[in-house]
Amino acid sequence: MAHIPDGVLSVPVLVAGGVVTAAALGYALKTLDEDRLPRVAVLAALFFVASLISVAVGPTSVHLLLSGLMGLIIGWAAVPAVFVGLVMQAVFFGFGGITTLGVNTMNIALPGVLWAMLFAPLLVNATPRRAAWVGAAVAALSVATTAVMVALVLTLSDSSYTLSARIVLLSYGPLLVGEAVITGFACGFLARVSPEMLAARAMRRGGKIAASS
Amino acid sequence: MSGKASAAAIFAESRDVGPLAAIDARVRLAAAITFLALLAVLHTAPALVAALLSALAAAFFARLPLRSTLRRMTAVEGFLLFLLLTLPLTMPGHELFRVLGLPVSEEGVRRAIVIIVRVNAGVLMAAALLSTMGTMRLAGAMSGIGVPLRIAHLFQLTVRYVAVFHEEYARLRRAMRARGFRAGSNRHSWRSLGQLLGMLVLRSAERSERVAWAMRARGFAGSFPAFAQRRLERADRLCILFWPALLIALAWLEFS
Repeated sequence: MAHIPDGVLSVPVLVAGGVVTAAALGYALKTLDEDRLPRVAVLAALFFVASLISVAVGPTSVHLLLSGLMGLIIGWAAVPAVFVGLVMQAVFFGFGGITTLGVNTMNIALPGVLWAMLFAPLLVNATPRRAAWVGAAVAALSVATTAVMVALVLTLSDSSYTLSARIVLLSYGPLLVGEAVITGFACGFLARVSPEMLAARAMRRGGKIAASS
Repeated sequence: MSGKASAAAIFAESRDVGPLAAIDARVRLAAAITFLALLAVLHTAPALVAALLSALAAAFFARLPLRSTLRRMTAVEGFLLFLLLTLPLTMPGHELFRVLGLPVSEEGVRRAIVIIVRVNAGVLMAAALLSTMGTMRLAGAMSGIGVPLRIAHLFQLTVRYVAVFHEEYARLRRAMRARGFRAGSNRHSWRSLGQLLGMLVLRSAERSERVAWAMRARGFAGSFPAFAQRRLERADRLCILFWPALLIALAWLEFS
């Protein structure tokens, strides 16, 4: 849904998206030392595979973005994870584009990272029920923010895109529901099984990421 | 897009055939990026037609399979469809005819055609130059044209684990099916899928721990040996000479 192809957006918007993504990537990669590179790769692969799961929501079905869950579990590393995922999508499936990598990464990854950072304190020692609600909230807010950003990017590119930008905004409804529900259940499950995984604490340097101890 | 086909698409290492295969991966990546960047500013009919023709030529020289390429081109995102349908109705301008009482403007139709041509030229060129080279060569090409080494390595490692998790996911789904699970739009399905996702996260975290330790045990200290780049050969030099000429020609058609 959020994969804008090459050839739709205007140059200033493409450049701005590229600059924002480059800055976020630079910041995320600076903290990515020898310990974390393979971990981020493994989790990036997981989120790529998980986004192939299709979830039925009412009469439609959606593919998840999982940006909220990524933000909660790997924090800023979600930016390179999404970037790499989008490169794979663009090169191997033809979804999205090369020049739009910056804009698309910004639209998908940043909301997840920022909302997860905001809500992370609520996950400390959370009960599974609370973790589920927090996860659902982060997922819903991330998708809503992504939708608004996609609409904004389209509108800024060309004022005649306004109507279709509004339709895009509406079309995110099912995704928002599916994403919130599934992320909620996943977070509840993780809080029950491996509570230390949530809130990106596990990705600290030298920190254990898994329950395996 | 079925999951199986998509995973296969990633792991078909180097399906390079045809004349384009002789060209170095770095040169192809740089060519694709410069073409797509220029494409973003093209508006006029002659320039767009020339761009589409050169993309078609590249697709021909890359010997892209017809069916999957067509599927790729028709798989436009939903919003693009909306965009193309609404543009003729919403852009003000000379009225061509009316649909359901709404005026269809010439400018809108023209803009919609511009977008269709641009998007398809981009998809074709990217497919021709990049899709068949294989992930490891693409990672090498990335580092070869100045993409930070960490991103190239992350890309390389990620691709490798996509296959692993795809198998894991398929196994878990098979286990669910064996217990009579059918995904629907209800609480039980969502709960099961949420737990499936949670389980995948957990297993991947455990695996990432093992991978990190295994790599350390083999002396990994943050970087791999640099990618080996081959020397540029005749085909590469020809491409390096030809490509700027193509780009300048397109820019000339656009701006003259």
